[in-house]
Amino acid sequence: MSKEIKHYLGDKDVQVILGTLLRVGVIVSTSIVLIGGIIFMSSHTQAVVSFEHFKPEEAKFSSIADILFGVRSFDGLAIIQFGVLLLIFTPIARVVFSIFSFLMEKDYMYVLIGLIVLCVIIASLYLDVTH
Amino acid sequence: MTVLLFTLIVLIGAFLAGLLGSLTGLGGGVIIIPLLTLGLGVDIHYAIGASIISVIATSSGSAAAYVKEGITNVRIGMFLEIATTISAIVGVVIATAIKADYIIVIFGVILLFSAFMMLKKKVDHSNNEQTSILANYFKLNGSYPTEGGLKQYAVHHVVGGFAMMFVAGTLSGLLGIGSGALKVIGMDNIMKIPFKVSTTTSNFMIGVTAAASALVYLHKGQIDPVIAMPVTLGVICGATIGAKILIRTKTDKLKIVFAVVVTFLALQMIYKGLTGNA
Repeated sequence: MSKEIKHYLGDKDVQVILGTLLRVGVIVSTSIVLIGGIIFMSSHTQAVVSFEHFKPEEAKFSSIADILFGVRSFDGLAIIQFGVLLLIFTPIARVVFSIFSFLMEKDYMYVLIGLIVLCVIIASLYLDVTH
Repeated sequence: MTVLLFTLIVLIGAFLAGLLGSLTGLGGGVIIIPLLTLGLGVDIHYAIGASIISVIATSSGSAAAYVKEGITNVRIGMFLEIATTISAIVGVVIATAIKADYIIVIFGVILLFSAFMMLKKKVDHSNNEQTSILANYFKLNGSYPTEGGLKQYAVHHVVGGFAMMFVAGTLSGLLGIGSGALKVIGMDNIMKIPFKVSTTTSNFMIGVTAAASALVYLHKGQIDPVIAMPVTLGVICGATIGAKILIRTKTDKLKIVFAVVVTFLALQMIYKGLTGNA
């Protein structure tokens, strides 16, 4: 029984760090989206938008490289997209964090399972399914 | 429509989606998509891209709130994520291959199903009969703290649960939603995991699954920053306030009203898809 309690407390510490990680991830990415939004809105409020038809060829910031390039030139839309990217990476960071905690517990089966999940996500980065 | 007007409408809509989504447990995606497609005439591809972002935002936001209770079973989550992430990518590939009208109809059907599941009384099937060989092998059985000390629970039907997660992941990737209703069936009904554990664990899985499909949607050009900005900001504000109200309010009546609204939206989506007005 004592071993179980110790195990639970260890998990609890991990959970507290995880909670902080998630909260920071959400706050930082939301703030960046807000900043990008303000920059974009300051010069485009009266521009006309239409999303009636899907035009993937017109998408400006649809890869990590394009987003980072746009952020450097202080483009509002690129900054929004950068914030969105950070938001997407928040749960991925949670997977990476879990893999490390399994490694510390010497639970190699779950290190492997975590790595499989991470590989699937990384593979999705390189998947080309454009029309 | 001007950028200013569009942003304001989506901002208010996303705020309500986040608020109602967290109060009823239905999630934000199921409201964002009808709002954008039916309300503002946005193409379903852009609506799905915006929705997947709102799913990640609500998942990470509420996960941070759940963590204090410390009952997520990371092993169950990680194990089932093998199924949900692979199938999410399969879902995105299917979405590329089939007509947009079909996606809209499937979305409507899932929306109806989610409304039904929201009203259905949940029954805790959990017990501690550690009979599953796979659950023992993958160390899925666990315990969670109660007032009377640690309570042990056993996981059942690992293969069935894994298969259900494959379906949930496919729909998540195909429609840009969290598939919470299907994950509940997989974890509560098939694997017999106690509520306290399944709620937070499925939330963990929803975020990771959505991240996998979001990266593909980003590359496909379906995540447009002009839509993503008000959706992200609105949903996060709404979900945060919703989580605070939820602690001290009963939501039974709200759920019934909301189920009626969602059913109406679902039928409209099905009609839109069938008549080819997409």
